[in-house]
Amino acid sequence: MTTEAAAAHERATLTDTHPYIPLTDDDRAAMLAAIGAASTDALFDDIPARYRHPELRLADPLSELELLDEMRALGAKNRTAGDYACFLGAGAYRHFRPSLVDPLVMRGEFLTSYTPYQPEVSQGTLQTIFEFQSLVCELTGMDVANAGMYDGASALAEACLMACAVTGRRRIAISERVHPNWLAVVQGYAHGRDIAVDVQPHSEFALTDEHACLAVAQPDFFGRVSLDAASWGEAAHAAGALYVVAAEPISLGVYRPPSEYGADIVVAEGQSLGVPLSFGGPYVGLFACRDQYIRQMPGRIVGQTKDIDGRTGYVLTLQTREQHIRRERATSNICTSEQLIALSTVIYLAALGPRGLRRVAELCYEKAHYAADRIDALAGYSVERDEPFFHEFVVRTPKPPAEINRALLARGIIGGLDVSDLLHNRMLVCVTEMNSRSEIDALVEALGAGRE
Amino acid sequence: MEGSRAGRVGVTLPAPDVPASEGVPAALLRRELRLPELSQLDVVRHFTRLSQLNWSIDTHMYPLGSCTMKLNPKVNDAIAAMPGFAEVHPMQPAEDVQGALAVMYGLQCDLAEITGMAEASLAPLAGAQGELAGVLVIKAYLESIGEKRTTILVPDSAHGTNPATASMAGYDVVAVKPQPDGDMDLDALRAALEEHGPTVAALMITLPSTLGLFDRNIVRIAEMVHAHGAQMYGDGANLNAMLGQVKPGDLGFDVMHINLHKTFSQPHGGGGPGAGPIVVKEHLAPFLPSPHVIALTPRPSRPQGERGSTDGGAGAEQYELVDPPRSIGRLGAFQGNFGVVLRAHAYIRSLGAHGLRAISEAAVLNANYIQARLRGAYDLGHDRTCMHEVLFSGRRQKAQGAKTLDIAKRMIDYGYHPPTIYFPLVVDEALMIEPTESETKETLDAFCEAMLQIAHEAETQPELLREAPHTAPIRRLDEATAARQPILRW
Repeated sequence: MTTEAAAAHERATLTDTHPYIPLTDDDRAAMLAAIGAASTDALFDDIPARYRHPELRLADPLSELELLDEMRALGAKNRTAGDYACFLGAGAYRHFRPSLVDPLVMRGEFLTSYTPYQPEVSQGTLQTIFEFQSLVCELTGMDVANAGMYDGASALAEACLMACAVTGRRRIAISERVHPNWLAVVQGYAHGRDIAVDVQPHSEFALTDEHACLAVAQPDFFGRVSLDAASWGEAAHAAGALYVVAAEPISLGVYRPPSEYGADIVVAEGQSLGVPLSFGGPYVGLFACRDQYIRQMPGRIVGQTKDIDGRTGYVLTLQTREQHIRRERATSNICTSEQLIALSTVIYLAALGPRGLRRVAELCYEKAHYAADRIDALAGYSVERDEPFFHEFVVRTPKPPAEINRALLARGIIGGLDVSDLLHNRMLVCVTEMNSRSEIDALVEALGAGRE
Repeated sequence: MEGSRAGRVGVTLPAPDVPASEGVPAALLRRELRLPELSQLDVVRHFTRLSQLNWSIDTHMYPLGSCTMKLNPKVNDAIAAMPGFAEVHPMQPAEDVQGALAVMYGLQCDLAEITGMAEASLAPLAGAQGELAGVLVIKAYLESIGEKRTTILVPDSAHGTNPATASMAGYDVVAVKPQPDGDMDLDALRAALEEHGPTVAALMITLPSTLGLFDRNIVRIAEMVHAHGAQMYGDGANLNAMLGQVKPGDLGFDVMHINLHKTFSQPHGGGGPGAGPIVVKEHLAPFLPSPHVIALTPRPSRPQGERGSTDGGAGAEQYELVDPPRSIGRLGAFQGNFGVVLRAHAYIRSLGAHGLRAISEAAVLNANYIQARLRGAYDLGHDRTCMHEVLFSGRRQKAQGAKTLDIAKRMIDYGYHPPTIYFPLVVDEALMIEPTESETKETLDAFCEAMLQIAHEAETQPELLREAPHTAPIRRLDEATAARQPILRW
């Protein structure tokens, strides 16, 4: 760039004001004088000149008012679970979010704080992490939990890697009924470390002394809650492998926790606990394990301690497992805990309490079973119910589910997930407390009408 | 949780409106569920009180080096909360989520444009996961051309995630030292490349470096790395300093991750959520993570070579989620941290090319101003023009009886969040200050006055620093006992 062009560039940028950049021209002049630099541009002289001032082809900026209009218009191009009756689940669930969650989570002191490396000015965040760990332990029945993982799928992948570290083995056994996207994440993480993944048929797990773990989902991807989960754990332990269970937190309001059927590591997607769908993220992964494995656990952990005056306080602890201390020997490279989302789940659970969570789980269960009974009675449809299910179930459809879903959409209904790629002409239907009886009845009627 | 009493509830829920079923099979039924039982006011007060124990950008200057604690515009939060986005289900068919896909496509284009790369992926859920994705992309690419390489070079000054990531991706890590002026030691790099030669897959490097400096040899470094058939991995933690000034792609980087929670204003949330998109050159694009957003119809109104989201993604294109042909696979259950993507998109739309350039200028000017004002009182890591952050050493104060940790804690008494300390590891008693572009000159001046006062105190009353903070809600905590006898839950 020529000197003249550089000067023009400098004039153009320095005389503008923007609400995100408060320096005035006078400020800049005074600061440059203090620095002893001729221009702001000169501060960038370490950059090789031929690469300076590249053209940046971006849209012209918008005022806040224009931006809000544009984004509202874009949002209107989405068909949302708020505007339609929604029977889609498959790993992301629409639940009631009490009004108190957002205003508390969005308090600037939570929203705009950093990772609590300075405990004296971060006790709020630290205590809520301690509460999160405690609640995850209560829900799963496990001894210890970390501060949170990216999401449920990556938590499962990390659990499998952790099992490899604990056992010194390099082969993972995983049920074919784990969410296919979660399975893909496990395979990706394992491939990175050259660890083998055996996807095994449901209930016919064949474990050897090469397997680091058996990983299952309960409920599984198709919503089924197996009565055999304890025997799978015994099989894993007989082979010297860890038993990894991917759970669903709302279901734990009524179902017995994985600790009672032998789990060594429990993971879950935390989204259903008061977190919006938001097209798939940000969510938070729950991660809990037995006491003896704590030093192999990935992620942040908060502990309770005292300050020099004897007051109770909280700090990040056991950090020698983590990347900023241990570097290439760390248990994981993770450097977040999805804290704000974890906080949403804490506030949600605190507001609901044991009775509220049980009520939500029961509403899901009862409404799903009502829907399943009615759909099962429809000519041309049947519900697979050879095993118990929680709030999702597989419907055999008389024609391709994609066609049925198009017809449902015209009636204001987002239908279940088309799982034809896994099972011919099957749809995975989810019902939660958000679906009123009249919505369910409308779904049944629409399915019946869409038969031909 | 304090205040919990059996029988209290914080929220009402409806009664069932369907006939009762037989219920959960007895063998599966939960016997006990011990959660807090609180009234609604208990819940509201508890979390409000806890929030007040935190410092945050909204309440205090946060000059935390390498973290880019800039303004988090409230309009971005308002957009993320719009029902048109917040209530979109991640498994809906593409035709039902065109608005969401338009936003993602727009940000993919804008990030590639800003960094001078060919393609972007928004799938990584955090910076460290972006690193992992980037390294796995390199690994897959090298395997595709029949090269099995086993080593990654990482400077000593790198973020801990770099070596941890290389190791997660199955690589051995070899460290490279900087030379005294802060730039990478080319002789050391040459020696490492020659020693490990054909096994080197990549050099992972942060630009500007974690020392707050723009490496003047960067183009030469890229040439050396490429000459050995290795790839250039860029850690984008410090991208804020380069916005509109220089494109990393032009300098020879092959892949880079970007922290949307640093440069693009996503709130840190006390430790997440963030997002770590990666941008890559053309030869790496087929290996990007799944899923990836593509536009099915080109934009007719667009001039030749135009790539930015000139219409903010509001055009008439059709978008689809696809798996890149030789993808490294999935990183998370769905398509990335969409709420974070929304905020970054809104941020870029608010600033445009002009505004982004003004951001880097102000960020660098602010850091150099602090360097100029404090250089008499604190030793500098390197005496040269810094970029968006300035690295001091507390070694003079340590000799006076107050360590860098004590300086950091004393800053709390003056109302400033401590800077990043003891990082990077290559500078003794490191104290790294990043003011960002968001602060006024008045705030910067008040901050500098406080730092000068603390330097004076270190000289005259170091015990004042050693016992700090004196005014925080809690004083220094016993971290040793916390680790030795962990209490990790109720």
